[in-house]
Amino acid sequence: MQRSPLLARLDSPRVLGYVLIAPAAIILIGLLAYPLLLGVWLSLTSATLGNPGTFVGLQNYATIFADPTFRGAAFYSGFYTFFAEAGKLVLGLALALILNRPFRGQRAARALMLLPWVAPTVLSALAWLWLLDPQFSALSWLLIRLHLIKSNIDFLGHAWNARWALIVVNIWRGLPYFAIGYLAGLQSISKDLYEAAAIDGASGWQAFRRITWPLLMPITTILVAFSSIFTLTDFQLIWTITRGGPTDATQVFTTLAYQRAITGGQLGEGAAIAVSPIVLMVILAFFVVRSVRER
Amino acid sequence: MHDLDRRRFLALSAAGIGAAATAGLPAVASAADASPFKPEKGATLQLLRWTGFVKNDDIIWAENTKKFTAATGVPVQIQSLSWPDVTPKAALAAQVGSGPDIIMGWNDDPFVYPDKLVDMTDLAEYMGKNHGGYYDAARSYCYDPDVKRWVSFPIGVTGNSLVYRKSWAKDAGFAEFPKDLDGMLKLARGLKKAGHPCGFSLGHAVGDANSWTHWVLWSFGGKQANPDNSIAINSPETANALEYAKALYETMIEGVSGWLDPSNNQAFLAGQCGLTMNGISIWYVAKDQFPAIYPDIAHAVPSYGPSKQRTTLNNFSSAFIFKYSKYPQAAKEYLRFMLDSAQAGEWVTGMRGYVTPALKQYGDLPVWTSDPQITPYRDVLLSAKFDGFNGRPGKPAAQALDEFVVVDMFADACVNKMAVKDAMRKAETRLSAIYKRA
Repeated sequence: MQRSPLLARLDSPRVLGYVLIAPAAIILIGLLAYPLLLGVWLSLTSATLGNPGTFVGLQNYATIFADPTFRGAAFYSGFYTFFAEAGKLVLGLALALILNRPFRGQRAARALMLLPWVAPTVLSALAWLWLLDPQFSALSWLLIRLHLIKSNIDFLGHAWNARWALIVVNIWRGLPYFAIGYLAGLQSISKDLYEAAAIDGASGWQAFRRITWPLLMPITTILVAFSSIFTLTDFQLIWTITRGGPTDATQVFTTLAYQRAITGGQLGEGAAIAVSPIVLMVILAFFVVRSVRER
Repeated sequence: MHDLDRRRFLALSAAGIGAAATAGLPAVASAADASPFKPEKGATLQLLRWTGFVKNDDIIWAENTKKFTAATGVPVQIQSLSWPDVTPKAALAAQVGSGPDIIMGWNDDPFVYPDKLVDMTDLAEYMGKNHGGYYDAARSYCYDPDVKRWVSFPIGVTGNSLVYRKSWAKDAGFAEFPKDLDGMLKLARGLKKAGHPCGFSLGHAVGDANSWTHWVLWSFGGKQANPDNSIAINSPETANALEYAKALYETMIEGVSGWLDPSNNQAFLAGQCGLTMNGISIWYVAKDQFPAIYPDIAHAVPSYGPSKQRTTLNNFSSAFIFKYSKYPQAAKEYLRFMLDSAQAGEWVTGMRGYVTPALKQYGDLPVWTSDPQITPYRDVLLSAKFDGFNGRPGKPAAQALDEFVVVDMFADACVNKMAVKDAMRKAETRLSAIYKRA
């Protein structure tokens, strides 16, 4: 039986390679590269809603860098990301170390740990909105009952209270991602290493410092890199809880871009705000990749 | 097909069968026949509107829509969204050129993309002529002087009044609600002293924070812009408004700077707050769910300040049709039908006045005087101004409202303890940037 010429061409590894890679390439170009490039293009135009606008070069960037609201949003985006990542890293590692030890109910604890991560973001944000409410906060109620405070804490009414409150919520939500990642990392470390260290008289801290932490560095790099990107582009938590308030104290790149581009109709300027952290992320990714390579 | 249905209804009515069940339908069909807007053959419509703030809103709107379908044969699919989500959805429809045929949007929405919208002049003028004309604010939000046509059809406002507890006000020495702002400040101080502080949002609450701050600003004669859209916020009048707000802030419940739109409703209904500004929803909800405090809730038209004018900023809703719609005549007929006397009367009455229609004729509905607590909401459009006052409604005014420029100016002065002149200067800088880029 004679094979069709088309099938015969697939015998060539080169042709077959292109065929196999095509679906992934189409998805990457269509769903990632195209929207990204469109965003970059829009940021270089005077586009408004329903109007493609004209090419204006870097004018939108000049405008936003001169805008104190944007500079405030850039500051809080960085602050929010740094402290949320630091909190998630430390607490996630601690949680993983606890869950890595055998204890009764370990499986149930591991399942429960995932709840904040699997719950829809808007729902958990609404729950936190109630917890942080100036009048009806359960947290304030508890602290009053414990005689630790005398009146409700105004979690969301003052700039720094609101900023830290959102960081705590983000840590709560992202903690399982770090914990589950570290748990996988811990389970991949050979027990022989710990036994050898114990024979040499190493303390628990020394074993952690010399064995556990160095071997967790690759997973740490991946966790921090991915989570930083998610945190830097966080929108739902902040929009639901504060809408960028009070007085723009909790504006971040995404909320400001949404406000300017979608509700305000200034697509070019909104795109410039949305695109601007990409530079930050590329720099971050560069250092992350370099550190992995060095190790 | 609908002719057959109409004849059948007429026959049934003539025979006196099922008169109660079909009451009004023949009249409805006749009115549809007499309308100048004839639906296109095979028309179907999609409507995007805000989810009702009170339950009867959605229910009666849907029932009236069914009557429209029965009278015209045009099916209508209704999609409801939380009210702050309608604006971005409308913006998306404008951008991609596809989506619902009709959108019931908010405030300046139609001015953001007037070129994308069907000319509504014929419908607006027809309805205005037949229903007593429009309040000034309605025209400001729907007639675009740049393109010289109605770009949107006025629906009405979710009006704002002062909401307070009668017995607490009486205990503070006020049997009647004070007519002026000085009196209101004295009342607020009395309420605070008695442990019933007032509460006005200074957070990013789209409706509540914008409404009361604009009311105070305008009451002192302050304004965002001049008629030529030059910025006018930095003025002695604005400074006086901010000084007043600072004094009022001292009487407020803790936490107002973090309040979003539901917060004042919750605090008031929980008995933690004795005075706020809101739509009729607090009273409406209390009637069904808080019978203990319901009789003690009262409404008052907003007090006036040195400008001696009563002013309010209300969320104004209008309906617009995108040019991509294949059935603009059917869409216009739907809007005509829904805001015609029979349907609009039923809708407004069922909501106990939550929406104050933009057509003046509906100020005569008995519902407005059926309870003295509803009456203040009848009159909200008499004194209403539009966002960006005294500049022009449009893109920059919409963006300033979206970005809470006026709210943040008040919060800077009250919460952040910024000097009044600095708060005004900051707002002026922000407004200048917004008006320049828009």
